[in-house]
Amino acid sequence: MNTASVSLGASASSQSRLMQLALAAFLGIFVMGFVGFSHIDAVHNAAHDYRHSMGFPCH
Amino acid sequence: MTLFRNVVFIAAIAGLVAGVALACMQAYATVPLILKAEVYEQAGGGHDHAAAPATPAENAAGMTAMSSAAPAPAEAMAPAEDEGWAPADGFERFGFSVVANIVTGIGFALVLVAVSEFAGGIGNWRQGLFWGLAGFAAFTLAPGLGLPPELPAMPAADLVQRQLWWWATVVATAAGLGLIVFRRSLPLVALAVALIVAPHIVGAPQPDSFETAIPEGLHHQFVVAVTLTNLVFWLVLGAVVGVVRGRFTGTATSLRDSFA
Repeated sequence: MNTASVSLGASASSQSRLMQLALAAFLGIFVMGFVGFSHIDAVHNAAHDYRHSMGFPCH
Repeated sequence: MTLFRNVVFIAAIAGLVAGVALACMQAYATVPLILKAEVYEQAGGGHDHAAAPATPAENAAGMTAMSSAAPAPAEAMAPAEDEGWAPADGFERFGFSVVANIVTGIGFALVLVAVSEFAGGIGNWRQGLFWGLAGFAAFTLAPGLGLPPELPAMPAADLVQRQLWWWATVVATAAGLGLIVFRRSLPLVALAVALIVAPHIVGAPQPDSFETAIPEGLHHQFVVAVTLTNLVFWLVLGAVVGVVRGRFTGTATSLRDSFA
């Protein structure tokens, strides 16, 4: 697969790049985990149809 | 933190677009099937929730209706009022589904953009389609093989174990796909295949009994609907990331310099 010739934030140092991308990925995982995998009843009930529709483990 | 801000910006747009698209598809394809299943669920004595403790007195009320549906062990039957707040049926319930779709759409997009940046980034909508296919394989296909999308009232194993297996399968499949695409060595490809296959050899947590009041046809329809709506969601997500990222990088040497 071809990679993009331009990268996001190429002027950032490689360590800072790694940190920022990791932070973004963890933020994404946290959001998915909270909405789709939380055991809090109110959160489960609010996103109930969504969880089933995504095939997330539910109930 | 400019890179972080740019990733969040692109993910927010892509997640919003793909989330709205998915919510619309769900309204027609999956939610009607869930509502149908809930009719069987209610006939079976209310909302099953494995995490809720069983209360014998309240269970008795549901038992007569439950006799037609074999009760799954380890599944406690809890009356609806014990489950805390829930959105009212109709518009409110749909509204919360839409919000959940958009919020998690942005979550999926954050992961997709962040991971793809390590590999050089998604340059255009066509590359985005392939990244979307990979996301679909990792987040829907692979976990769906061991844990098919369930309808309400279907028997299932312990929730925490299923969630752990789900995440482990997603990570292993994504790592395997990454190795296949980005590493050109045969041993690593063999490792990749092993990673993709391993979760299914270990096996997903399964319920003790598969008996359910839900007709098999309804469930099959649901599995197809979930799989296809998710396929379209991932294709849209990947393509929009490619378009948005491409628009903002343009001909500048880096996105950071072009719009940060």
